[in-house]
Amino acid sequence: MRHWPLLILLLWALMALVGPWLPLSPDGVHLDSILQGPSPGAWLGYDDLGRPVWDRLVFGARTSFLVALWVVALSLVVGTVIGALSAYVGGWFDLLVVRLIDIFLAVPGILLAIALAGILGPGIENVVLALSVVGWVGYARLARAQVLSLKHRDHVVAAQALGAGTPRIVSRHLLPLIAAPLIVEATFGVAGVVIAEASLSFLGLGVQPPEASWGSMIRDGTRYMLVAPHLVLAPGLAIAAVVLAVNLLGDRLRDRLDVRMRRHG
Amino acid sequence: MSAAIESATDSESPLLTVRGLTTAFPAGGGELRVVDGVDLELRRGETFALVGESGCGKSMTAFSILRLLPAGARLDGEVRLDGADLLALPEAAMRRVRGRRIAMIFQEPMTSLNPVLTVGRQIQEVLERHLGLRGRVARERILELLAEVGIPDPGKRIDEYPHQLSGGMKQRVMIAMALAGEPELLIADEPTTALDVTIQAQVLRLLQRLQRERGMALLLITHDLGVVAQMADRVAVMYAGQVVEEARREDFLRHRRHPYTRRLFQALPEARRRGQPLATIPGSVPSRFDRIPGCRFAERCDIAQPLCRERAPELLPVAGQRVRCFAVDPRFAARFPSPPALDVATEAVPGSRQQAATPLLEVSGLKVHFPIRRGLLKREVGRVYAVDGVDMAIAAGRTLALVGESGCGKTTVGKAILQLIRPTAGSVRFDDTELTTLKGEALRRRRRELQLVFQDPFSSMNPRMRVEEIVAEGLIAQKMVRDRRERRERVAELLRQVGLRPEVMDRYPHEFSGGQRQRICIARALAVSPRLIVCDEPTSALDVSVQAQILNLLAELQREMGLAYLFITHNLSVVGYLAHEVAVMYLGRVVEQGPAEAVLADPRHPYTQALVSAVPRVEEGGREVIRLEGDPPSPIAPPPGCHFAPRCPWAEARCQEAYPPVTALGEGRWVRCFLYGD
Repeated sequence: MRHWPLLILLLWALMALVGPWLPLSPDGVHLDSILQGPSPGAWLGYDDLGRPVWDRLVFGARTSFLVALWVVALSLVVGTVIGALSAYVGGWFDLLVVRLIDIFLAVPGILLAIALAGILGPGIENVVLALSVVGWVGYARLARAQVLSLKHRDHVVAAQALGAGTPRIVSRHLLPLIAAPLIVEATFGVAGVVIAEASLSFLGLGVQPPEASWGSMIRDGTRYMLVAPHLVLAPGLAIAAVVLAVNLLGDRLRDRLDVRMRRHG
Repeated sequence: MSAAIESATDSESPLLTVRGLTTAFPAGGGELRVVDGVDLELRRGETFALVGESGCGKSMTAFSILRLLPAGARLDGEVRLDGADLLALPEAAMRRVRGRRIAMIFQEPMTSLNPVLTVGRQIQEVLERHLGLRGRVARERILELLAEVGIPDPGKRIDEYPHQLSGGMKQRVMIAMALAGEPELLIADEPTTALDVTIQAQVLRLLQRLQRERGMALLLITHDLGVVAQMADRVAVMYAGQVVEEARREDFLRHRRHPYTRRLFQALPEARRRGQPLATIPGSVPSRFDRIPGCRFAERCDIAQPLCRERAPELLPVAGQRVRCFAVDPRFAARFPSPPALDVATEAVPGSRQQAATPLLEVSGLKVHFPIRRGLLKREVGRVYAVDGVDMAIAAGRTLALVGESGCGKTTVGKAILQLIRPTAGSVRFDDTELTTLKGEALRRRRRELQLVFQDPFSSMNPRMRVEEIVAEGLIAQKMVRDRRERRERVAELLRQVGLRPEVMDRYPHEFSGGQRQRICIARALAVSPRLIVCDEPTSALDVSVQAQILNLLAELQREMGLAYLFITHNLSVVGYLAHEVAVMYLGRVVEQGPAEAVLADPRHPYTQALVSAVPRVEEGGREVIRLEGDPPSPIAPPPGCHFAPRCPWAEARCQEAYPPVTALGEGRWVRCFLYGD
């Protein structure tokens, strides 16, 4: 029972990774089954064009998984490097980065992403780009704060005194020590990105038809919510389950990695 | 074995009697008895010192007496306060004892006070809880208490928060809080360890006065034999959870009957041991000491016999003392050699007499100011004058000690010399190269010649690196090794040089004790073959016996490799033991400098005089301690003229007008004080 968040995530990853090789036809139209509810043949029923909802859900998982993975990875790497360097180098560079972070944080992230996706045009790559541009800020701020508290520690000063260069100090003495909080932050980030991607797709800025994503499935389904609630419920519950699982896992990870939590708990 | 020590004030019954006190914690499937059968007796008005190194169980004994133990601890034995057994009391009744009949003060005044409550509120809590005092009456009482512990301007301080007070002030507030319940027994757990020497002298005198006035018993827990010699009426030495020796102070200082005690005294760095290696205690306290069938000290003892490993010695009465050692037992004494005299005198600290050669490092007019910036545009609104004009020179193979209290800027001097903090002004010449103007690659290459060893052996190593990588840091940075194999060989060699086995290179820092970590840090510094090492309080975090090992190692390395040391410390005994020259710093400036022996034997600057006299010493004999009042001023707004003038007993009008110039006293000594002008 304790491991169900992990099971859900594994299932999500499995759906995403092996989906294309399963005998599924997310784009196959069954005109005689339009808006049909769950049945033994298609256990999540059919959508407004007569496509099987289960098949589309599996392919939608692939979209949300890949977007989440890419966005978090890109934001994490870019944000950490900028934040850590900013704190370590200091001076005008740090001032600039801090102001930039402040500006990004002042604008609501999802609005900025919508604007960006709108400018770049719809498409999954552009969703990744738009969400990463918004996403790196959080990691940069966290990495900067962590490095600020670490950079005057004696082992860093010792490495400087021995003549070690900035790349070595950042990569060997700072990054390994700030990894734990960043990993926790990244876990929570996954949940945020899943929702953001769904929102963008819901607004029609994400994947393009006929490709499936959980967000676009909900958008298509809202029109038939009263006659065929399964169109909204299936992707909606999928998103809820994944986000909940990721958050629970993140909490658990934080408790395990964060010494401060351990002391109080 | 209830034979208590005969004493002049023997007639009355003891205030506190501890019998067979045992405290055990669950550990690895069994129990670890951290306190194991401790017997103590305290009379009213007596100061009883419990001495030992870290982990010996002395603090645990205090916490056990108050029953302030973490969950899971098992407590056995008997603790009687005026006849009533504290261990049998229900928790509610025990709460009425804590703070009322027995009060406690702790080592770290910063964390023992609640930062969000005013000083007055925190003391009032005790008055309310134990004496039922409230409102005006309580406030008056708090003001009285604050005045009693020597806090100036209590009317203002009562409404301040802990962060507005200096360390010494906080400790006074802690003492006022402890006194609020008018306790019969005060337990002070390392009350002055976190304080500077001159502040320590103030607090110790305060404790002595309060105890005398109130007839309170004082259980003083300390690792500092000097504090014991100054404060205690009776002393008990703890080792591995047991009392190994108990005596009146005079007997304790004169006889030192247990081999452990003897070794502890011999490990003290003192001026008269100059040029001799200090005695050390080999090895460390065994981790599961409660499972040892024989004497717990046997494996580290220099006179241990086979008997010691078979049977555990009892605490035996010997001429008014009690000693846990077979060597004092008349039945076995013949089997032991007479205690060896300390015969280790070999060669002197190299060149202690010879005149300094051409300096390797020359610092002149060094200033480090930190700007204080405020607002959106980060405008400079003030400066911290951390280092404000320091001159010094060190020759190869010699040690210059930089002495001063916390906040005087001594650490900043060290970092500024190494260009880890860029000086605001002044010059740092190393081997005829000006370091302050070096940049980039040139500075990086130069770095190998100047190295650094830190105070805290815990934070000075990256916890995620293995020892091999830690020690090899400089080898990699300076490209001194070609491949992994060569690197491992060199690291092995370095580890051997600092007295560690090469096999430890695959372990992580947390697996080592404080002394071993400090050795690793020294190996890391040695890796790049430096010519000067800045040692920033390298032994302050270590126990006396371990400190002796590290000091010996440093002396040996200096002898073999001709290293120069800038030894930054607040510990004057260490200075007397190993430094050739000493510079005394006060608030960013050197106030006196000269050969260490001369300066310590005959200090001239009033600050140096106060500093030297404030160090608690183990030698007997009356010594006038020059008490300094107040705290060092802030380096943001140093007082005009001589910075020491506001605390100086000899200050004149002109001291407030200009900073005194350098007055040479001959033999390489100088002082900055108007007393010696003209």
